[in-house]
Amino acid sequence: MRIGTLKESYVADAALFDSRTQRAWLVVAAACLVLLPFVANDYWLYMACLVAINIASSAGLNMLTGYTGLVSLGQAAFMGLGAYTVAILQIRWGTPLLLNLLAGGVVAMLGGVVVGVPSLRVKGLYLAIVTIAATFIAHFLFANLEFTGGTSGLSMSPGRLFGVELDTSFRLYWLIVPLTMLMLLGAANLFRTRIGRAFIAIRDRDISAEVLGIPLLRYKLLSFGLSSFYAGVAGGLWAYFFRVITPESFPLSMSIFFLAAIIVGGMGSTLGSILGAVFMTMVPEVLKLVFDLLPASTNLAVLLSPVRLIIFGALIVGFLIFEPLGLAEMWRRIRRFFHLWPFRN
Amino acid sequence: MMDWGYLFEVCLTGLAGGGLYALAALAFVLVYKATRVVNLAIGELLMAGGYLFFTFAAMWALPLWLAIPAAVLASGMLGGLIERLVIRPLLGEPPISAFMVTVGLGSILVGLVEIIWGADQRRLPDFMPTKPVMVGDAFLAPKVFWGAVIAAVFIAAVLLVFRYWRGGVALRATASDQAAAYVVGINVPRVFSLSWVVSAMLAAVSGIIVGSIGGISSSMGVFGLSVLVVVIVGGLDSVLGALVAGLIVGLVEGLAAAYLGGEFKLLATFVVLVGILMVRPYGLFGTRDIERL
Amino acid sequence: MTTAAVLSGSGDAEPLLVVHELTLAFGGVRALSGVGFAVQPGSITAVIGPNGAGKTSLFNTISGFYRPSAGHIRFKGQDITRIPAPLRARMGLGRSFQNIALFRGMTVLDNIKLGRHAHLKTNVFDALFYLGRARREEAELRRDIEERIIDFLEIDHIRHAPVSALSYGLQKRVEMARALAMQPEILMLDEPVAGMNREETEDMARFILDVRAEWGVTVLMVEHDMGMVMDLSDHVVVLNFGQVIAQGVPAQVQADPEVARAYLGSGNVDELRRKLQAAAPQRQEAA
Repeated sequence: MRIGTLKESYVADAALFDSRTQRAWLVVAAACLVLLPFVANDYWLYMACLVAINIASSAGLNMLTGYTGLVSLGQAAFMGLGAYTVAILQIRWGTPLLLNLLAGGVVAMLGGVVVGVPSLRVKGLYLAIVTIAATFIAHFLFANLEFTGGTSGLSMSPGRLFGVELDTSFRLYWLIVPLTMLMLLGAANLFRTRIGRAFIAIRDRDISAEVLGIPLLRYKLLSFGLSSFYAGVAGGLWAYFFRVITPESFPLSMSIFFLAAIIVGGMGSTLGSILGAVFMTMVPEVLKLVFDLLPASTNLAVLLSPVRLIIFGALIVGFLIFEPLGLAEMWRRIRRFFHLWPFRN
Repeated sequence: MMDWGYLFEVCLTGLAGGGLYALAALAFVLVYKATRVVNLAIGELLMAGGYLFFTFAAMWALPLWLAIPAAVLASGMLGGLIERLVIRPLLGEPPISAFMVTVGLGSILVGLVEIIWGADQRRLPDFMPTKPVMVGDAFLAPKVFWGAVIAAVFIAAVLLVFRYWRGGVALRATASDQAAAYVVGINVPRVFSLSWVVSAMLAAVSGIIVGSIGGISSSMGVFGLSVLVVVIVGGLDSVLGALVAGLIVGLVEGLAAAYLGGEFKLLATFVVLVGILMVRPYGLFGTRDIERL
Repeated sequence: MTTAAVLSGSGDAEPLLVVHELTLAFGGVRALSGVGFAVQPGSITAVIGPNGAGKTSLFNTISGFYRPSAGHIRFKGQDITRIPAPLRARMGLGRSFQNIALFRGMTVLDNIKLGRHAHLKTNVFDALFYLGRARREEAELRRDIEERIIDFLEIDHIRHAPVSALSYGLQKRVEMARALAMQPEILMLDEPVAGMNREETEDMARFILDVRAEWGVTVLMVEHDMGMVMDLSDHVVVLNFGQVIAQGVPAQVQADPEVARAYLGSGNVDELRRKLQAAAPQRQEAA
């Protein structure tokens, strides 16, 4: 039973993992992540990479929607910007992989600023509507501009990192997972500083926040820019992973996917981003499994897409009504139970 | 050399389309005024109305005079159901929750439509006169014209009801001050339900007309995006704004489609949206929220 | 007393805050009309008046939340009328709110740390990597808050509690702590003891006096508790219907028939004095 932990310095109190047990678990988790690629089969490696990409993007969206309280339905558009940037750089100029990813993030971030400036001045609601419009505009641009390959999109050769060609899930794993870890760490760190606190203040009570010294527009733009940057990098990773990018790759339903991920996982919590992304990525897989098991006609395959839509929507509605703090809160409840055991409360 | 005749035609068509936007925007404003909920699924409610009409008129082959009211009423019931099951539980929560719930709702509606009716585009049975309409020398597609007329009739009806019927007054009262409305004896939850029911019905009428003109499909919800632009331009809580902005946006889209090409419609809408946000963030007629510190 | 008289008369130092001919109109409603007064450094100034007199509107205008339709505000000799609210906070204008405005998603400690926002330097890059500057600044901030504010306001037992779990009195104290974290030169307290019982009011009064004594902070407060106002203040400004109807030292204001009229309806100063004394014994008992 663990009731409290003794801290002997302020720095220790501010640490992310603040007890020996937590640090031990962290080491175990790290070990698992390192071992996984060697014991998993191709399918699970593929899933692991996909999950990691989704975690990175969710962490970005959570920063904006969960912590700062600004709903965005443009995550897909910004991931698309990142993906296309990476693809174009790779195909046309063969620039180094890490540089491409950075560029993808920056381009997405600039897109975010362009979208954010008009829509963040007054209500957060406007951001949501403008981001929906942005998703369609992005699709329009991707499909109609020549250098984005038009409706057939772009396909690229595998990326190279330190001389190694990243053409299998195994190899991509070593790019995607550490990068995602870094991004998660960044997000967690943010909320130990004044920047993160400012974001939460904006969500909870933005008018008072301004009087207390937080320039609202600047910080809202910062939040949106950061979250778009994350989306752009995630999109770049997506590009290296799938290697085929078309305008249809980043539809509005993808934005809804990520919104569902943070609602289900837990808004305003780094753990929530992880849990939500894992859950949402696995749901379509479980669905596919169920469909495969059903003794039926191939007709059912066509139902996969709408059933997914219904499930995403139902998850959003269900969690918002019944468990607004998401899986992260359920997790915390379970932990509390074990900490206090054998006492009840 | 400017073809004024063509311009006039394009403007008329645009304005007629704007009438439809105005009707759907009215549906949105109704719910916002009564419950302060931003219904992002307005486009999907419109789509639901179109599909319900399709079911009654085409699939069950009901006569038109039965199918249309049936579709509208069924939509109303859908609206009431949504309010009760999904919106009411979120009453005390921050408004952002209800907002996100409507996103989920839209997704569910699209999925349901695709499962039940398939994702392909369908044609709705014609029920409007087919004689071409001429305004002076300008040609107006009959469906567009009659669609706008029907929309105008419904808008007028709603405005009158709002103004003179007790329920309409109750709606306005609840919109401005819930607590006071309770005190005066207004059944606030019933008003909430009513607003969603009527809103869904109006959206259904809009959907039936839009569907009649361009067919119905599971991606009809994109119409909702233009409606959202209309309500932002007009002011989220302004009925007059919905009407005026509907016409404006319809006009702009019509001009863009005619002179730049159909794909530019959305771009034009977006430009209008951004323009208005920069100049008048509360919309043309919206009330500026005076927030208390 | 007019603003001019106050400015030229008492106080050898330059006033810390000067409000001059301040007018605030919302459509047809005039929340403030030609309000003027000065706040001397190191003083405790109270703004009083019946409900709806415009006291909170005055505070909100000084904070920068509302833009006045006429008049100006000078702080530390500088005209701040057009300066945006966050910059005024950085200049040293600290504030607490009438209805508690704590951020429910954060703990007590984080709320207090937020007060220091405008004075911190950590930028996005520092924050993401949390090395060097961010880490040092946060540690320094924490130490400063613990030693100077948390101990001072006696809230060490709740520092990690989520603010939504606290009682009203404690929340008010956290509000005060956050305002202090702003390193204010002038602390604007909007009804600091509203809704508090006698004991909590005593504590808050003591904190306010200590804040002035130990920190050298000037206090400007809106208050309804007449006992506290009369006991603590060096200068009182009386508002009614958005106008200043009287100002001066507490004794002067108590004897002003205009004030009596505003509160009691009649200009009967004796009745006013009696009512104020009825409020005062609670405080004398405790002393």
